[in-house]
Amino acid sequence: MRALRGGDEQAFAELVGRLTPSMLAVAAGRVPGRTVAEEVVQETWLAVLTGLDRFEGRSSLRTWVFGILLNIARTRGARERRSVPFSSAFPTDQAGPQAQAGPTVDPGRFHPPGTPWSGHWTAVPQPWELPENALLSHEIRTRLRAALDALPPGQRAVVHLRDVQGLDAAEVCAILDLEPGNQRVLLHRGRARIRQALEDYIHEEPA
Amino acid sequence: MFLTHGLDIDCNELVELVTAYLDDALDPDTRRRFTDHLDLCDGCDTYVEQMRQTIRLTGALAADDLAPDLRETLLTAFRGWKNGTAPPA
Repeated sequence: MRALRGGDEQAFAELVGRLTPSMLAVAAGRVPGRTVAEEVVQETWLAVLTGLDRFEGRSSLRTWVFGILLNIARTRGARERRSVPFSSAFPTDQAGPQAQAGPTVDPGRFHPPGTPWSGHWTAVPQPWELPENALLSHEIRTRLRAALDALPPGQRAVVHLRDVQGLDAAEVCAILDLEPGNQRVLLHRGRARIRQALEDYIHEEPA
Repeated sequence: MFLTHGLDIDCNELVELVTAYLDDALDPDTRRRFTDHLDLCDGCDTYVEQMRQTIRLTGALAADDLAPDLRETLLTAFRGWKNGTAPPA
């Protein structure tokens, strides 16, 4: 914080690099189009810089930045006449009970109802033998990034905030104005899809 | 009534509770049935571990590089802010 206020460009660049991809993902769920989302992110960083002296550290810096982002996105969304509350913005991926229903794991992987082993794995998942340097593997990062980008906007925003940025459930509910149960459903569905993408990748690797 | 006192949850039910389990958001009874199941079921134990690995790997994406042009735009804005602002005393 002190480095930022003192005009340390390196400190700013690090913060920008760490937060901006998630900011873009969250903004993309609130305003139409990538270009507008980028403008919202730029406007947010300017507001962060001019507001730095007023930041009192009562929330985490990330929570504060994302709070500003959502405010700007809301204003911008209204100006674009496309404003909708976050919780109803993506009827296909959240809110409605039907949209949230349905299993996150292919039902074909379990014994069908009415059979002796109903509801149990037909073939159990095989443990992943991830290499030590899995985190650094370019291929895994590319697959992960693609799976994350392919999530419906609501799931993508929550997974970014929870798992990429590491915010806790309460922070994410506050930032996105979500009920705890809804936040958890979006997170679970997003994580399950990314897990499946990783499994698909690992199984196509030659042993 | 006997459902709520059931000793078991099926695998296809357990996989839907993993995020609630990891967030410690299950009620005590469901949590106990969840962990009892995990103790006996290698498949579900592996599934929960894979969800943990997924979360860990997703967390590593935070360090990914930003598109260079956007990064440059933001750094230019930073320099403009810096030059237009007196350094704090």
